[in-house]
Amino acid sequence: MAITTTKSAFRKGLADAAPFVLVIIPFSSLFGILATEAGLSVFETLAFSVVVIAGAAQFTALQLMQEHAPTAIVLASALAVNLRMAMYSASLTPYIGAAPLWQRALAAYLTVDQSYVCSMAQYEKEPDMTIPQRMAYFFGCVTPIVPLWYLFTLIGALLGAQIPESWALDFALPITFLAMIAPMFRTSAHVVAALVASVAGLLTAGVPYSLGLILAGLAGMVAGAQTEVWMTRRAERVTL
Amino acid sequence: MMIEKSTLWFVIIALGIGSFALRFVFTGLVGDREMPAWLLRHLRYTAVAILPALVAPQVLWPAATNGQTDPARLAAAVVALAVGVITKNVLLAIVSGAATLYALLWLLG
Repeated sequence: MAITTTKSAFRKGLADAAPFVLVIIPFSSLFGILATEAGLSVFETLAFSVVVIAGAAQFTALQLMQEHAPTAIVLASALAVNLRMAMYSASLTPYIGAAPLWQRALAAYLTVDQSYVCSMAQYEKEPDMTIPQRMAYFFGCVTPIVPLWYLFTLIGALLGAQIPESWALDFALPITFLAMIAPMFRTSAHVVAALVASVAGLLTAGVPYSLGLILAGLAGMVAGAQTEVWMTRRAERVTL
Repeated sequence: MMIEKSTLWFVIIALGIGSFALRFVFTGLVGDREMPAWLLRHLRYTAVAILPALVAPQVLWPAATNGQTDPARLAAAVVALAVGVITKNVLLAIVSGAATLYALLWLLG
């Protein structure tokens, strides 16, 4: 169905993003549970989700704070995990860069994996949308997602305090990270980046101030980028 | 071990500002200007590098067992990753990993 008004754009965004609710509810609940397990109060846990709204970065910060890593390392690592938001911002710019500043600022706060994926697909499919329609679609996408992110963080936090230690929740974070990594393996360069970073992470585990994580991350990034260059060159040679 | 309240609030606020800055940098400030290709090429691999670097030591040397490699946790990690790679379904991978962990913790006592 083609979008003809800003209202129908909003409704379409809402409908397109609705399936993501199934991802948001368990993830935000898990964050709420693990944050309160780590000793955060219900209010602190909810504030974390409202201020940051970025699952992977929140989990990363939580893990490193529990390990008492230096604050600079906590921030650098969590922001590194969030660097993809800058990529999202870059690719949304041609479509919504002409919207009023307050709308762009609000959209920036609400840029999450799901709103980005939905919006980009829609903008590419219907390039004739007006700027107000694009913004309405974007805000439609976040409407089923962000309020539930807050709500289920709160519910998880309220439940978290009642979960006994025998549930081995210490390992919920590593399992969650591993599950999130797998769909990122889009090319062999991504796999190489992950493998090099893992090995480097093990080798540098003894480096003080958790700096090993930054070193291992950089090693993985360079390995991925170099693999990409190498693969592109090889592909060009094959076609010649 | 408890997280210090002052540290926690500093991290929440700084991470909030930093995440907003990352999201706003292009739509708000840079506009349509091009970024250098080498930079974009490295940025593409940040998440896929940082997360494995973070998780690998926890998988082999879990804090809960004082750094001793634990067969149940190791198996759970392998299953979560394998199911994720095969199905690309994050939730299914988490559930499979958790099921493996609980089954093995129960079996191995």
